[in-house]
Amino acid sequence: MARAVTPSRKAFTTVVAGLLGLMMFFPVLWIFILSFKSEGDAIKAPMEILFNTGWTTESYGAVQERSDYFKHFWNSVIISVGSTVLGLAVAIPAAWAMAFVPGKRTKDVLMWMLSTKMLPPVGVLVPIYLIFRDLGLLDSRVGLVFVLMMINLPIIIWMLYTYFREIPGEILEAARMDGASLRNEVIYVLTPMAVPGMASTMLLNVILAWNEAFWTLNLTAANAAPLTAFIASYSSPEGLFYAKLSAASVMAIAPILIMGWFSQKQLVRGLTFGAVK
Amino acid sequence: MKLKSALYAVSALVSVTATATIAEELTIATVNNSDMIIMQKLSPQWEEATGNTLNWVVLEENVLRQRVTTDIATDGGSFDIVTIGAYEAPIWGAQDWLVGLDDLGDDYDYDDIFEPVRNGLSADGTLYAVPFYAESSFTFYRKDLFDAAGIELPDEQMTYDDFAEIVAQLHDPDNGVFGTCQRGKAGWGENMAFVGPLVNAFGGKWFDMDWNPTIDSPEWNAAITYYVDLMNNYGPPGATANGHNENRALFADGKCATWVDATSAAGYIFNPSESSVADKTDFFQAPKQVTDKGTGWFWAWALAIPTSSKNQDAAKDFLAWATSKEYVELVGESEGWVAAPPGTRKSTYANEAYLEAAPFAETVENSILAANPADATKDPVPYTGVQFVAIPEFQGIGNYVGQQISAALAGQQTVDEALANSQRFAEREMTKAGYIK
Repeated sequence: MARAVTPSRKAFTTVVAGLLGLMMFFPVLWIFILSFKSEGDAIKAPMEILFNTGWTTESYGAVQERSDYFKHFWNSVIISVGSTVLGLAVAIPAAWAMAFVPGKRTKDVLMWMLSTKMLPPVGVLVPIYLIFRDLGLLDSRVGLVFVLMMINLPIIIWMLYTYFREIPGEILEAARMDGASLRNEVIYVLTPMAVPGMASTMLLNVILAWNEAFWTLNLTAANAAPLTAFIASYSSPEGLFYAKLSAASVMAIAPILIMGWFSQKQLVRGLTFGAVK
Repeated sequence: MKLKSALYAVSALVSVTATATIAEELTIATVNNSDMIIMQKLSPQWEEATGNTLNWVVLEENVLRQRVTTDIATDGGSFDIVTIGAYEAPIWGAQDWLVGLDDLGDDYDYDDIFEPVRNGLSADGTLYAVPFYAESSFTFYRKDLFDAAGIELPDEQMTYDDFAEIVAQLHDPDNGVFGTCQRGKAGWGENMAFVGPLVNAFGGKWFDMDWNPTIDSPEWNAAITYYVDLMNNYGPPGATANGHNENRALFADGKCATWVDATSAAGYIFNPSESSVADKTDFFQAPKQVTDKGTGWFWAWALAIPTSSKNQDAAKDFLAWATSKEYVELVGESEGWVAAPPGTRKSTYANEAYLEAAPFAETVENSILAANPADATKDPVPYTGVQFVAIPEFQGIGNYVGQQISAALAGQQTVDEALANSQRFAEREMTKAGYIK
């Protein structure tokens, strides 16, 4: 029998949830507000900023004048989408094999893959930098697509593995009994059932790759630098750049934030469907 | 006639080919500050004159340091020009990571660069970076508050004891004015930039002649106790979060009576559109205590060429342009003289237009000339540097000590504990690095 929820309890949980939501969103909101202030106003006390200062779009103009936003934006799109698509191409067969034809060591392999995420990235910076130098991949989008794919691969495989495990193997067996080839089995039987999981995996990995700031800052210079480098160029310990830094941040997170809002339903559905139940 | 036309065509072709072969694409990695923004804005003039192009990589100071270190150490060759500070220039130069810059052409006036600045960017007599701007530290103070309190400045450099007395008189938090604002945010380039010269003034030093750390000495203890008491009694609340930028904002907003910090911030504080105290601020030398040596820091942002650059000649050409007397004049005329890169050239301080626009110019010049990285402590030491020690290990040690002192300022531990921890850490690092046998 479902527990009765009193109106006061409902109101209480709504208020608490609202406050928590506001707390989480507040930094983004504050960045948004500061981006419409002048540098002089952006350093004033919070109440003064909100009620006693004017609004201006000068920071956006200054940022666009000094940096090529669209170049960084396209680099971000290519790197995040490219690494996710490449990652899925590798991860779908791997997750299929481990979910439907598990071997004795499948669990160990999965754990080993996850363990690569436990190493701090800076620990492998120099070897990867040297490999990139020798292969001529420094400051190239191809190099970054490859590195971010490798970095996110364990997460992609784990997520897909848990989604695939939810699908009864008998359905695939039935398809095989009906004469479906492996290719047809994956494309026509498995994929339609796993679409929500694959979509949320894809979305999450695009977000992870979009926000990745260690490798994208360390392996790029002028040509392949994505929006993370664009933001970093407005941070400074000497000189006031709060308003411009805020404007640059809004411009960098806006595309992914909008994408997140539109795909919220799929993202939540996918996440609760498998991995994080 | 046909022959003449053909000759013209050939010569035009040769000229185009020659331009095409010498036109280079340079990548420049730099920090984000107002002087560098002006350089980025004016650099198309150099690009047009030479046919070369510049790709800019602008990064936050610490990110840039890590990024450039990785690239140079691995011979990555991603950058042709890098912006480095007075700390890195001699260390990287001595490690053969940078190209020597003693041959920037006959037109380049080396003698016009202030000697302490030139020395600070050299190793073994070779200049490895050319200064873009340089700074020392001095005391910003509010003339109006000093006048209202009837405080007269002594003619000579005051002591930190005198300074504390003045600060106590001016401290008026009820009316939103704190006696003093100093850096409290942990970091070798943040709180330690103020603490280093303070320790020098109290007669302390980082290492003795055998490279043994002396952070647990009575001199350090006196300096840090003074700092913690001063800030707790007369500083703004939450000072451990305040670095240069936060204090700059507080001072510009009229919240601080005094502030010992970078001379390069004077242009900003004097700019009425960014500061509410532009007409109420003046300066005096950073205080002394038992000694007047090393009481004002020395820092410079400079341009250098990594040995891994494949376009060294074109890079040298840009450096010669961007750090020349003519460039300073170009900035003065196009951006206003108060924005001219300070602290590097004698000619800037002989220029009437600059002196008129920047009333702080003489004090800045004196502070920079007085800052001597080679003789910054009461007792002899084996290192150079005023607020830092020019060895690669200092960055780690300075950051750790900065964290300990910040924790003492926050009341999380005593000064004795902070200094004992710092001493242990420094001993361990210096032993590991082979300085202490």
